[in-house]
Amino acid sequence: MVIDAKRAESPATFPKGGVHPEEWKGFTGSLAIEKIPPPPRVCLFLKQHVGAACEVAVQKAPIQAPHDNLLFSRHPGRIYQQLVDRKATVRAGDLIGSTGDRLGAALHASLGGRVEGVVDALHPMTGKAPALVISGDPEAAAPGYDFEDWRRFSRQELLDRIRSAGIVGLGGAGFPAHFKLDVDPQAQLDTLILNGSECEPYLTCDHRIMVEHAPEVIEGAKIILTILGIHACVIGVETNKPDAIDILQRTIAEQRSENDLRIIVQPLRVKYPQGSADQIIQSVTGRVRSSGKRSSSIGVIVQNVYTTKTIYDAVVRGKPFYERVITVSGRGIARPANLLVPIGTHLGDIVSHLGGTTEDLAKVVVGGPMMGFAVSSLDIPITKTTAGVLFLTRDEIDAQDYGPCIRCGFCLDACPMGLEPNNIGIYVEAGRGAETAQFGLVDDCFECGSCAYVCPAKRPLVQFIRLARIQIREAERKKEKQK
Amino acid sequence: MTRTDLIVSVSPHVKQRVTTATLMWTVAACLTPPLILSIFIFGFQTLLITLVSVGACVATEAVSQKALGRPVHVSDGSAVITGLLLAYIIPPGVPYWTPITGAVMAIFVTKALMGGLGFNIFNPALIGRAFLVATYPVVMTTAWLEPLRDASIFRYVGPPVDVVSAATPLHVLKHYGMSAFIETFGSLSTVYADFFFGLRPGCIGETSTLLLLIGGIFLIYKRYITWHIPLSVIASVGLFTWIFGGETSFTGNPLLAVLSGGVILGAFFMATDYVTSPSQKTGQLIFGAGIGALTVLIRLKGGYPEGICYAILLMNPLTPALDQWFRPKRFSAGAP
Repeated sequence: MVIDAKRAESPATFPKGGVHPEEWKGFTGSLAIEKIPPPPRVCLFLKQHVGAACEVAVQKAPIQAPHDNLLFSRHPGRIYQQLVDRKATVRAGDLIGSTGDRLGAALHASLGGRVEGVVDALHPMTGKAPALVISGDPEAAAPGYDFEDWRRFSRQELLDRIRSAGIVGLGGAGFPAHFKLDVDPQAQLDTLILNGSECEPYLTCDHRIMVEHAPEVIEGAKIILTILGIHACVIGVETNKPDAIDILQRTIAEQRSENDLRIIVQPLRVKYPQGSADQIIQSVTGRVRSSGKRSSSIGVIVQNVYTTKTIYDAVVRGKPFYERVITVSGRGIARPANLLVPIGTHLGDIVSHLGGTTEDLAKVVVGGPMMGFAVSSLDIPITKTTAGVLFLTRDEIDAQDYGPCIRCGFCLDACPMGLEPNNIGIYVEAGRGAETAQFGLVDDCFECGSCAYVCPAKRPLVQFIRLARIQIREAERKKEKQK
Repeated sequence: MTRTDLIVSVSPHVKQRVTTATLMWTVAACLTPPLILSIFIFGFQTLLITLVSVGACVATEAVSQKALGRPVHVSDGSAVITGLLLAYIIPPGVPYWTPITGAVMAIFVTKALMGGLGFNIFNPALIGRAFLVATYPVVMTTAWLEPLRDASIFRYVGPPVDVVSAATPLHVLKHYGMSAFIETFGSLSTVYADFFFGLRPGCIGETSTLLLLIGGIFLIYKRYITWHIPLSVIASVGLFTWIFGGETSFTGNPLLAVLSGGVILGAFFMATDYVTSPSQKTGQLIFGAGIGALTVLIRLKGGYPEGICYAILLMNPLTPALDQWFRPKRFSAGAP
């Protein structure tokens, strides 16, 4: 039992590194989640998660346990042909893709309409990737979901329901939720941490989920605790979301305690990158994960608050994960908003719903401003892990040329992992990126961008780190070949 | 459809507003109060010498960047700092060609030839001074000006023959002892006050401890520098002087040692030069302590009464080694 009620009384944070970027959450923080009308088409990537890509098929509902039929092994070609030839009609929530690998996530239609086929679509991170296109049918009926008492499900049934809903970690990485929660019973877990820090500037979707769906988040936490067989849950929320902290605390207080489950809210002092697993674990429990090990090695599982709410939807209502809330913000969009959009909605459709972009739009970022990806087209669909789309004007971004490293050491103070971004950059510039493994970036750097944020010479340190990673991998491959 | 008006770059997309130029110009601004005061103490001459020095440094920087085929970046302010520091550590009564020669040595040889900003091993201004002391020893050790007790700030402007050479406090203390020192400069408490407010013969940068401290503390408050190097330099100068600086052990005068000979200027504005000092805190403490120890050693055993200039220059090349030895503590080092 790890809950330390004293610790929860005052805001905590992680001790090492971190930065305080301007928050800019005021654009959307107080706006209620708004559902957009169904877009004319959606484009669903076959891989929106960590693990194997989906193989596509269209399964007409209702058939008993449809997901089992679709967990076919290795015949993508046949199914793919069938799908494209028949141009099947689907309803929102129909299973359209799955993978036999346990590390992977199912894919569901996010729009009622006709399957147009599989195309190579623009992807915010990887350039291009195969995706299934569905054109919307305005007549299509919205699916409805009933409530079920989840307490009658066994652990395996709970996990299966999560798996068939295609839920992935919404905090960013997109790790399949069922895989993460299926922890070896031997592991000495004691605490579930719900990550509600939402430390990226501008983004407010987790904030709105906590404010508008607090009971579902709490109930979802109980489901996860039941799966893990533990009793303690700490919800970490940064103090810039006082309404979320307040509502969560009130919701917990109103509910009767059951089965010794104990859920508390830990306020966290605002600091980026608090939402990173290592940092929030340390903020909440004081524990430190060894490099290269899973967080379960120190008795902790971290789950994003929004993922938890999605798990509730999947388990209690049987609703697959096919739509999500994103924050659309920045000075470059006519009307910032927190939008509930079908996954696969194109940025262009979101922009036209919100009244277009402003003239001085300079950059479009999918994700947050610290770790998101800049894109050069609005013909890009959002994915399961897209938490926001930012339309930034020139005065919001930094577009200065970079200069030489002046060895001020600011990046050393900012790095939450205790790495040496300055040296990595200097090595890469000197063509010696392969030698930077000594600075520990392979295991520890999660590219939070704190180093580049503080760098007065405006050096693209994250870019240098990515280059260094590629060069380290190449050097290792060469070594392997020589053997 | 790709839109060409959108900027695409690697994250993060927002950055702190502070730039290299912000840092440099802030340091330059923090260095100006002593200059203004020195005009009232030594006259207009100090301003002229400083302007010549800064101008020469900026010009050398521009010319050498052009000559070496690099983009010209004088607006980042780093040459201005070198120019200010160089002027602050040479006697104010020197002829105008002196800072110009020093500037070429500081900027062209010490910085540009080493690869420009970020790649020099030694502090440019200090190399400039060391070069001048070695080549023009007479001018560099005698062209002091007696503080003006009236308001005749234009007295020293003009041909250098007018310059009255005056002895610096540390010179008197080193070569003639404490009694001569007190005879020349008055009682110890007068000396402390004069040193603190700047009324004594010396370089511009030695004038007012108070104004230098204000600038230095402002830099620490802005987090542009940390306390580690300045404090360790000052503490180590004080400590070693106290132990070895007196006639018997533990009778030295640490306060006098710290207030004189440019220790404050060196500790806050020269030893903290980013490029030539360690980036890691432990390394910085050792770096500062080493500077303090060497300063006292040079003052007590060497031929120069000041010492901090050479102490910093001797520690500068240790910077890469200190950064290698004292790495940042990795996050997972705290794991069970």
